[in-house]
Amino acid sequence: MEDLSKLSLIDQINGLKSRKFSSMELTEFYLKKIDQEKALNSFISLNENALKEAKKSDEKIAKNKNSSLEGIPIAHKDIFCIKDQITTCGSKMLENFVSPYSSTVYEKLSNSGTVNLGKTNMDEFAMGSSNETSFFGNVLNPIDPERVPGGSSGGSASAVAANLCSFATGTDTGGSIRQPAAFCGITGIKPTYGRVSRWGMIAFASSLDQGGIFAKNALDAALALENIAGFDEKDSTSINTKVPSFLNEAESKDKEHIVGIPKDIIENIKDDKVKNNFYESLEILKKSGVKVKEIDLKNIQYSLPVYYVIAPAECSANLSRYDGVRFGHRCDNPKDLEDLYERSRAEGFGEEVKKRILIGTYCLSAGYYDAYYIKAQKIRNLIKQSFVNAFKEVSSIMMPTCANVSFKLNSIQNPVEMYEQDIYTIPANLAGLPAISIPSGKIKKLPLGIQFIGNYLEEGNLFNLSNKFQQNSNFHNE
Amino acid sequence: MNNTWESVIGLEVHVQLSTESKIFSNAPTKFGQTQNSQASLVDLGLPGVLPVLNEKTIEMAIKFGCAINANISSKAIFARKNYFYPDLPKGYQISQLDDPIVGEGKISIEVDNEEKFIGITRAHLEEDAGKSLHDKYENLSAIDLNRAGTPLLEIVSEPDLRSAKEAVAYLKKIHSIITFLEISDGNMSQGSMRCDANVSIRKYGDKEFGNRTELKNINSFRFVEKAINYEINRQIEIIENGGSIDQETRLYDANKDETRSMRSKEHANDYRYFPDPDLIPVKISKEKIQEIQKTLPELPEQKISRFIKDYKISEYESKNLNVSKELSGFFEKVAKKISSPELAAKWILGDLMAILNKNNSEIKDSKISSKDMIDLLSRLEEGSLSGPGAKKIIELCWSSNESIDVLIKKEGFDEVKGEDELLEIITKIIRDNSKQFEQYLNGKDKLFGFFVGQVMKETKGNADPKLVNELLNKKLKQ
Repeated sequence: MEDLSKLSLIDQINGLKSRKFSSMELTEFYLKKIDQEKALNSFISLNENALKEAKKSDEKIAKNKNSSLEGIPIAHKDIFCIKDQITTCGSKMLENFVSPYSSTVYEKLSNSGTVNLGKTNMDEFAMGSSNETSFFGNVLNPIDPERVPGGSSGGSASAVAANLCSFATGTDTGGSIRQPAAFCGITGIKPTYGRVSRWGMIAFASSLDQGGIFAKNALDAALALENIAGFDEKDSTSINTKVPSFLNEAESKDKEHIVGIPKDIIENIKDDKVKNNFYESLEILKKSGVKVKEIDLKNIQYSLPVYYVIAPAECSANLSRYDGVRFGHRCDNPKDLEDLYERSRAEGFGEEVKKRILIGTYCLSAGYYDAYYIKAQKIRNLIKQSFVNAFKEVSSIMMPTCANVSFKLNSIQNPVEMYEQDIYTIPANLAGLPAISIPSGKIKKLPLGIQFIGNYLEEGNLFNLSNKFQQNSNFHNE
Repeated sequence: MNNTWESVIGLEVHVQLSTESKIFSNAPTKFGQTQNSQASLVDLGLPGVLPVLNEKTIEMAIKFGCAINANISSKAIFARKNYFYPDLPKGYQISQLDDPIVGEGKISIEVDNEEKFIGITRAHLEEDAGKSLHDKYENLSAIDLNRAGTPLLEIVSEPDLRSAKEAVAYLKKIHSIITFLEISDGNMSQGSMRCDANVSIRKYGDKEFGNRTELKNINSFRFVEKAINYEINRQIEIIENGGSIDQETRLYDANKDETRSMRSKEHANDYRYFPDPDLIPVKISKEKIQEIQKTLPELPEQKISRFIKDYKISEYESKNLNVSKELSGFFEKVAKKISSPELAAKWILGDLMAILNKNNSEIKDSKISSKDMIDLLSRLEEGSLSGPGAKKIIELCWSSNESIDVLIKKEGFDEVKGEDELLEIITKIIRDNSKQFEQYLNGKDKLFGFFVGQVMKETKGNADPKLVNELLNKKLKQ
């Protein structure tokens, strides 16, 4: 039998529809593979009902009552709540938290007929760029097991790259989908802020968090994304607009592209190999008829410091609910209320999470609020404005996804160096813009990614551009 | 009380808005339900949940703003107020800091026949916390989150109040406004209206304010007066004995009639307010405000003037009839159906009020309906029931389910004597009391009353006193 896990999502859907294989067979195939690749530590928990779900899908397919993604085995980042299943968010704090409700993203994919294989590993509360902050251990990069898969959605990226699921969900607050996608050589999309409901997606930094997709290529990602996008009245920041068929947009022949090149950023890329890869990728695009224009993105150099004020500030409040009172970790024998709070949180949270709560609390404190939080918000608006101006001239903006390829486990000890991982990905989060990372080549077998940032709600455009690139290259199949 | 010291008081009044569901969740807001039966996923602050604003609360706040001629903000921003407490599930309360929905306004009060305007600093929307129950289980605290998320309008006054009496008058005014507007039931015993008082003293003529203390959670008009008076006296005593006032939060203990320290300023929280990223700013258009302004019901002051004009009752009566919406409504129903509205005012404020007070009851629970009152007063007006008879009937009506007409018949009050019958009785009485008659004729005018009494006795009160007087006059002088 052929390796079903290597088929693209679209080929798998066709295979299931034409009864070449069943969802049970496909699911069993993946479960076996997950078992073989246990060492990657991509999953925190497996869904014991996966085969039951597959059987149901097969019954629906048999009756031609299949939904759009019927029978497709997928994985969810362990940040999405699923009713009656443990949702840990990569933290000891929620090690035993059984959610009484499901996230909108899970509900939508479940209604689309997907089979849930399990929950993927992640940096604790999505704070990290290497998946090393997970309470459930490191995740290995399937390309090179001595290296990290990136983070925070490292488990999902590693699972898709190792063909342990057809596609996977992820979340991206400062690059948590795009950076691991680049490190693992796959496609990852963070849609427009508000495109995908945050209901049931455990919050890190509410104004930046956005759910998205890891897939083998742009077309698969487009199809998967259109199944999770859409207005949700349970999320006040969700955008009330109709979702187009991203797959149709991806394959459309009518789209014209003017790709903006932020000259300053590109000129300042430190690693020549990364810079060269950028220009090589640009050549591939040009060959497919895409126009290119140099642009100037003002104030974008402040993205990192702005992010590391706003994200911790929001997280310091978002994580206050983990107090040992109603759910989550509670210390043994607290002697009073203060002790309950202090020890439950000291024991339940890891170092990186504590660090960010402290930074955020500091930034919001009386006397510092204006100097940090307010100032950061002002610069955030300026950065947003730079993008708005740029999109008057171009249809998308191209940058590297990362400044480097995947690094070795435990090799980055300096937190600022780790934070710099997100230098090219953070601007899209600050502005709320959609951005995609696709594989663009390799440095000594290690994948590199390029990133396209699109205008608001123009995910279709990004898929179309990515698809053009992937039609003229083969990095996504390597 | 004291001629040296002037007290300076500002009140923060928390009004529970009478919406069906909570401010940020769809859980019901009913009072007195089984513990935690009205707490939804959102109220529990579970990981991944998001608040969605109940638009009704915005309308209610605008209504209040219009009623006090305040500026209504063109946008309302919700902010997170961070502090840890077991009955605050998220570890922050969603409230408003900058851009409160209602800006500056003023309210008039009347104390000792003098009108005074009290400035309103602001009124903002926020969610209520749950309740901690410390005496329910031994060595354990219980938490009831039914109240968590109940919408509150916090009305903050300027420090314009100068006595406990003024504070009570202000509070009563707020109470009448919110109940006339029907935005709250104003039930203080159920906590629908609670009040914190900022109290300080200074020498008459001083411009600077003294250090203030904040008295927390005072839940009746009576306690407001007692708590403030206690606190003023406490402060005077300390200062006159050479001490100084600590800026602190104090709790009023109604059982002991004293205030005691809760926390000092050194332990004051830094609430680290910042705009809640889960909620988008609410835009409030001028059109919306105008629309709400149009639907504003008649307010107490307008009603007081109208009653004086339309029903020709005294200002005193009109004010007393307008202490609550229910009472003024009751009066109007009656006044419209009988020929003398003055009679209605007299009977409602007199006998009906006396009965209600005696039975510890309020007009909304009155067992004497407006129809009963109409029937009673109509009989009185047409002369088929005497005043003393009516007094007796209204008493009986409270404890009986019978209609006024049935009661009158049962009690034999329907046999009011006509002119002929009365003349017969008078003739008989003069005959039977010839001695007194002679004395009267000899100038002992006082005996007129004796004859009236005899007639009333003979008729068992079923006679129109006016007619009796008239006929007696005629007969005795013949």
